Parts: sequence; C-alpha cells; structure tokens
Amino acid sequence: MTSWYEASARQRIDALADPDSFEEFIGPEEREISPHLALFDLPEQFDDGIVVGRARLSGKPILVAAQEGRFMGGAFGEVHGAKLTGLLRAARQLRCPVAILFDTGGVRLQEANAGEMAIAEIMREIVLARAEDIPVIGLIGGRAGCFGGGGLIAGCCSTLVISEHGRLSVTGPEVIETNRGADEFDSKDRALVWRVTGGKHRYLIGGADLFVEDDGAAFRQAAIEALSRRAALDILVLADEQKRLERRLSRFGAMSEARDIWAALGVSRPEAVPGLATEAFLAEGRHKRENAHDAR
Amino acid sequence: MTLDEILASLFPDGHPIDIGPAILTGVAPLEQFGPVHVLGIHGRNFLGIDDACALARQAVDILASGDRQPILLLVDSASQRMTRRDELLGLNEYLAHLAKTLILAGIRGHRVVALLYGGSAAGAFIATALAADTLAALPGAHPEVMDLPSMARVTKLPIAVLEEKAKATPIFAPGLDNLARTGAVLETWSPDIPLDAQLREVLTRPAAAGNRDALGAQRQGRPKAAAIAARIVELARRGA
Repeated sequence: MTSWYEASARQRIDALADPDSFEEFIGPEEREISPHLALFDLPEQFDDGIVVGRARLSGKPILVAAQEGRFMGGAFGEVHGAKLTGLLRAARQLRCPVAILFDTGGVRLQEANAGEMAIAEIMREIVLARAEDIPVIGLIGGRAGCFGGGGLIAGCCSTLVISEHGRLSVTGPEVIETNRGADEFDSKDRALVWRVTGGKHRYLIGGADLFVEDDGAAFRQAAIEALSRRAALDILVLADEQKRLERRLSRFGAMSEARDIWAALGVSRPEAVPGLATEAFLAEGRHKRENAHDAR
Repeated sequence: MTLDEILASLFPDGHPIDIGPAILTGVAPLEQFGPVHVLGIHGRNFLGIDDACALARQAVDILASGDRQPILLLVDSASQRMTRRDELLGLNEYLAHLAKTLILAGIRGHRVVALLYGGSAAGAFIATALAADTLAALPGAHPEVMDLPSMARVTKLPIAVLEEKAKATPIFAPGLDNLARTGAVLETWSPDIPLDAQLREVLTRPAAAGNRDALGAQRQGRPKAAAIAARIVELARRGA
C-alpha cells in the first residue's frame, strides 16, 4: 500500500498508470521554469510544479496531469497552468480522456493574474472537452488539498474521486479566519477543517462521486471506474445539476455544522463519522448520501 | 458610471431589468439584435452559494429556452463570499456550475458578453466575467485576484515592495491595465459613446475567449502561456 497523500506527483502517476507507460511532455530536462519567480527571489522548479504527459490505464490511452503540492503548494502559475491548458486542448484533438491529479492551494500569488487566467482557460477547455463527450476526471487526496481555483476546476470535472485526506473547497480555512475571524472559522481546529472541507463530507453531500482509501492502487481502480461513467456535459446535465444544488440549499441551507447535515441524511451516529474506516464509512454512507448521479 | 446610467445607456428605450439586493436579471431589447438576456451582480457584493445558484438558475433557463439570444453579464462584485457555511455547502460546485453554464451557453450559440464596470475578484471573477466569451470593461473597473494588503500578508513582503515590483510586471498586481495585458479584458469601452452602440459592435465580431493566452502574449503580459500550451498540443499529437 502506498499513501497517495504522502506520494510525490511522479509517484502518483506511477501508481495510477500502467507500468512504464508514462511519457512526459516538457519534462524537467527542458527547464521550462516560471519567468516570474526570480522577481521575488524565489527558487524555480524545472517542471513548475506540474507533470503532464500521456500514459495507459488498463491498456487504454489517457492524458495525465499531476500537481506537486510540495512546490509552492501546487499553485497555478503561468507555465504550470499552461501545461494543463495545452493537455486539455490536445485531449479534444485526440479524443482522449484526461485525469487531473489535484494537489493545489489555488492561484500562485507571485503570478496571480496569469494563474487566474490559467484557471479560467482550463475550466473553458474542460467544458469544451466534455461537450464533445470526452471524460475529464479529478483525483483529490494530496497534501495541499484542492483549494481556490483548483476547487472550481474540480467542479468542472466529469467525475471526482476523493479520499478521506482529500480536502476540497474554495477559500481555505486560514484565509477565512484572516478575513472574518476565528469565530467564523478556527483554522487550527483540525477536526472542524476536516468536517467542512474533507473527503467524507464532500462524498456525503454529493460534492465527489467515489470515496477511496488513501492508497495508490485504490485511486487507480477508482480512476478506471470514473472513466467509464457519463462524461458528456449538455443542457440536461446542467439542468439536473441546478436541481441538485437547489435541493442541497433547501435541505441543508440553514445548517452550519457538518454533523447536522449528516444527521439529516440519516447517518446513524454522525459524531462517529470522522473515525470510521473506509469500508465502514461506505457501508454507512453509500446509500444515505446525496448521490450526484453524474449531474455535474 | 453607475448601474442606472449603464442600463440607461445600454437600453435607451427603457428596460424591465429586475435589480435585487445583489443580483440583477431580465430581458431588454437591443436594436438590430433583438432581446438580450441581462444577468449580473452589483454593488460590490460577495458571490456566495445563494446568489450563484440564483444566477445559474437564470442561465440554465436561458440555455434551455434555445433562443440563442445574446447574454449580457454586468459585473461589479467583491470576491467569492468567505464563510464557513459557503464552504460547508460546496461553494466550489456552485461557482463551477455557474461558470459551466455560461461557458456552455457560449458553445451552444449564445454570445456571452461581460461588462466589468466595478470590482471583481478571485472566484467571483472566474465564475462570472471570465466565463463570458468576451470581457469588456469600463474605465475605473477594478479586477483583482487578491488585494495587495492580503498579498503582502501571504508573501510576507511589505506593500511598498510589492508596489515597486508591480511597476516592472503586470503579472501579479490588481487593476484593469494588468488584467488587460494578460489577455483577460479584451477592450475598454468609452463612457462617452452610447453603450448600446459599443455592445452592438462587439456582437458583430466573433467570440474571442479561446484566444486569451495569445492575446496575453501579444500584449506582453503573459510571455509563456500560449507557447507552452501550443507545444504540449504538438507533443501530444506527435506520438499519437
């Protein structure tokens, strides 16, 4: 068993793809570094914190992008973002599915405007790909989580796989605390952070589709399943998603604590949810959760 | 220009736009193009799950109507709303859903033109203005990813140092000129020319959202993005 959370971007690709099938595009040997970090006297990384390329998964071709959360929190800068934009454009031309291995705090502030634009461009490319029935799946379980614009990109994916360690949100708890105070969100309360942003909660409210153990082989199996699910994005899917999100607001909109939502879903002993092992959690939650049924 | 002045200049014969506490919706006539769907967020409001959902409801209904009429998005917002409740209920899905609906509307034959006339920031900017196929701005508009004081806190650099660095590059600092140079904002409209004429002029040209990175390269705001993306496409095609 290899922990997805602890693994590097390259180790995650190795765990995901068929053995020796990965071929990188613009690898570190090309030293295609950020042109902006020097202004801030910050060290560059030769791959700018993202590894992209082609591989095979169960024998079938796939395009893969893996963010490296240990370099600048996996944040989107100009080069980092453009590598993913290019990969998604290639996906349409080749009619090849894409897996995005998220590990990001969002926009890289030292090149914030380029990062913001990259996120908008990536979202557009995902919609264009899915409008042509090409799957773009997201895997979330890395150290940096999936925050900021990363959370918005994840919200555009056809299917999302998440582990208990995976955190998925827009504004990070620290930023909310800085802006609104610890009464609004105490970012040092780790249990609270996990209840609000963590994989179990996202799975239970329908914010993610497949819940897996923190393990490379489990992510690989889930990715294979995710690629077999409905990917096309059309008016009917968006109308269904609209209903789904309105329903969530009307069911849970008055609640401000995750345990209340889990109780409303009918989960027995909500207070025990954070401690449940994967199998026990799925046995309890699988049929009680709000299942998105591919309306995303 | 105020929202009232903008609407009066866009729709000189009057309009039935419903202006709510934070968002606006309605349909108004534009000479030569017929009815235009109007959506927007005003008053520098934060965009949270409730308003994002309400705006998306309008956008989904427009898409489902199949009328292919232009959509005009008027934007004067703050950032995404930063609360625990918004995150608990999945703000990322609500913002992404709104963006997806606007982007798909563009693909399915609606023109989607955003006019940024005030502020907008971070996730709210991505889910509204940047999801349009064309983004125009009025002078004085103030788009930003993060304000400089917050950026100073995160980067641990004094604001004065950031301001100094911002003179050398459009890459990180807030502001209309910087966002225009990175390719986000296509053009700035003149407040001295009737806005309906400027809107009609944009609608006669094809959508340009797919070329924002090329525009950023041409304006020397994003030196590498377009070339890197093109090389990835080339490498992916070569071995396939």
